[in-house]
Amino acid sequence: MYKYDEYDQQMVDTRVAEFRDQVRRRLAGELTEDQFKPLRLQNGLYLQLHAYMLRVAVPYGTMNSAQMKVLGDIADKYDRGYGHFTTRTNIQYNWIKLEDTPDALADLAKVEMHAIQTSGNCIRNISSDQYAGASADEVVDPRPYAELLRQWSSFHPEFLVLPRKFKIAVIASEIDRAAMRLHDIGINLVRNEAGEVGAEFYVGGGMGRTPFVAKKIKDFVPIDQMVTYAEACVRVYNRYGRRDNKYKARIKILVHELGLEAYSKEVDAEFAHLLSQPIEPPLAELERIQAMFFDPAFETGLSDELDLSDPDFRLWVERNTYAHKAPGYVIANVSLKPIGGIPGDATSDQIRLMADLAKDYSFDELRVTHAQNIVFPHVKKSDLYALWQKLEKADLSTPNLDTVGDIIACPGLDYCSLANARSIPVAQKISERFGSAERQAEIGELKLKISGCINACGHHHAGHIGILGVDKKGKENYQLLLGGSEGADTSLAKITGPGFDEDGVVDATEKAIDVYLANKQGDERFLDTYRRIGMAPFKEAIYG
Amino acid sequence: MKIVTANDLKSGAVIWWTGVGWSLDVNEAADVGDDGAKVIAREEGAQNAVSAYVIDAEKDEQGVRPAHIKERIRAFGPTVRLDLTVKPADANAVNWVI
Ligand code: HEM
Ligand code: SF4
Repeated sequence: MYKYDEYDQQMVDTRVAEFRDQVRRRLAGELTEDQFKPLRLQNGLYLQLHAYMLRVAVPYGTMNSAQMKVLGDIADKYDRGYGHFTTRTNIQYNWIKLEDTPDALADLAKVEMHAIQTSGNCIRNISSDQYAGASADEVVDPRPYAELLRQWSSFHPEFLVLPRKFKIAVIASEIDRAAMRLHDIGINLVRNEAGEVGAEFYVGGGMGRTPFVAKKIKDFVPIDQMVTYAEACVRVYNRYGRRDNKYKARIKILVHELGLEAYSKEVDAEFAHLLSQPIEPPLAELERIQAMFFDPAFETGLSDELDLSDPDFRLWVERNTYAHKAPGYVIANVSLKPIGGIPGDATSDQIRLMADLAKDYSFDELRVTHAQNIVFPHVKKSDLYALWQKLEKADLSTPNLDTVGDIIACPGLDYCSLANARSIPVAQKISERFGSAERQAEIGELKLKISGCINACGHHHAGHIGILGVDKKGKENYQLLLGGSEGADTSLAKITGPGFDEDGVVDATEKAIDVYLANKQGDERFLDTYRRIGMAPFKEAIYG
Repeated sequence: MKIVTANDLKSGAVIWWTGVGWSLDVNEAADVGDDGAKVIAREEGAQNAVSAYVIDAEKDEQGVRPAHIKERIRAFGPTVRLDLTVKPADANAVNWVI
């Protein structure tokens, strides 16, 4: 894990003190709301549908137990006893009081956390693979590179007022677990024939009103030029990105309007210029950071055997665990999607319990995933049953990872002031309808994603089944989409046809799943069947 | 009727203009007629309320009911956490929203 040095700590502490004074001045009437609003947003504090909402950054989704525990404590001390893990691997609190925010930020700063750059037109929290450092299929641990980019982008003077917000994901595996191709910049770390690590760059991905899959712009940027190349990409965007229209301001629109070739030419010119200015941090800095992401002290000579005689445990192991690179270890996923629950919500007690369990069973580490779940990255197989039993007692053992119950849903009209329709109740109804383990097993992998408006925070464009809430003459209405994906085979979902009311969209979802089950060949996933047979049979069944 | 809603500066809570002050209960909202802009200018200046705006509502025997579902959710609380709503004890209250 990255450890703050004195400069990092001082920067964060100073920001807390500064914001404390700004809040004091606001409450004393020395600042108007117009003056104060940009200041609070710079500290992750939004005004939402019901109250203030605080968004706390979790860089590349990695935390230690002490950090996770503080997240639980904040939920109790300053909020209503729960937190909401988001699609950008952050956590949000929905009921923070303005007067308490400086104290909450001070508590965060004590465990090297903050809410800086979680809002506004700047480079946001950098996301990564939730199995980083643990899975066998990675080229390198992507997190030191994400950390280097985090340090480069934090308070970067040129990039604090970009045309729009800017999202970067870094992965190092062919299996893209971070929706890398749906980010403004996606970086895939690869090795060349000589065995050297370099960065494959993608640009111009994103969801929202005009979704695009990112395009590959460079096969291999030497690792000691990665930051420089990223800087060139962002500079060109900053120079040409449209500022006249908020919806056309994202880099995806620039790349689309200029064309990849023209954009790439500009980047190459800027890159050549920057190489003459040396701005790249020295490799020693990367090595310093890498030294903090060493492997934990895995025991050797462990058995890979697991006693699966308990059928509930077996189901959970089959569904929610993933192969670890070290013999005798496994990656364990906690689904924050109990049947009928609110996707991504966890109570303060659950958060603290997960913190304790990570300490006892996972070398003090946890991850937040973009699917709004939590990961214990390094669990000894011989501890797995004990871990599962403790999770089970806390309603954290739902065995539904990547199935129809593991729904991504944005807060929607229950919390978000931009929403057109509620997302959570639809997620709850679908999760209840397909709640039985047998049904989920029959359906297999199915990624279902729901957004309450076109901003697409719930990633509906990337759902095998996506649901989008729209406003139809003042009433909630839901469009059904099919065929999206977010991994190495990223694709954008297509709308089936006219929308439905809340119950109607749940029924339509079931009809789509029935078409899949009737047409499925062999081990095909929903997505594979859809890709093979196309939209027509689904449409026929849904609108028939 | 026209009513004025805002958020309380300190707590962020959703509040409703009663004619003399602010209430957490939408049923106490006053019909401001054409005076919404005046109320907003004065109250935002007084620093208690932020993000104030005028909305349409109706009044019937059940009380004041905002015209748009979004404002009804603001008046009530999240429909998916009845324990966090303004009327946590009333399981049927969510029907008022939808
Ligand atoms: C102020 C109300 C908003 C709320 C409560 C909200 C909520 C969220 C949440 C929960 C996420 C994951 C957040 C994170 O961890 O950083 C997210 C991401 C996202 N937000 Fe929002 N959001 C809001 C405003 C917006 C606006 C104004 C836009 C665009 C105009 C937008 C577009 C997106 C998109 C496109 C994503 C993720 C998908 C992507 O990466 O492209 N959101 N938002
Ligand atoms: S998709 Fe829309 S409704 Fe959902 S959180 Fe984002 S902005 Fe809000």
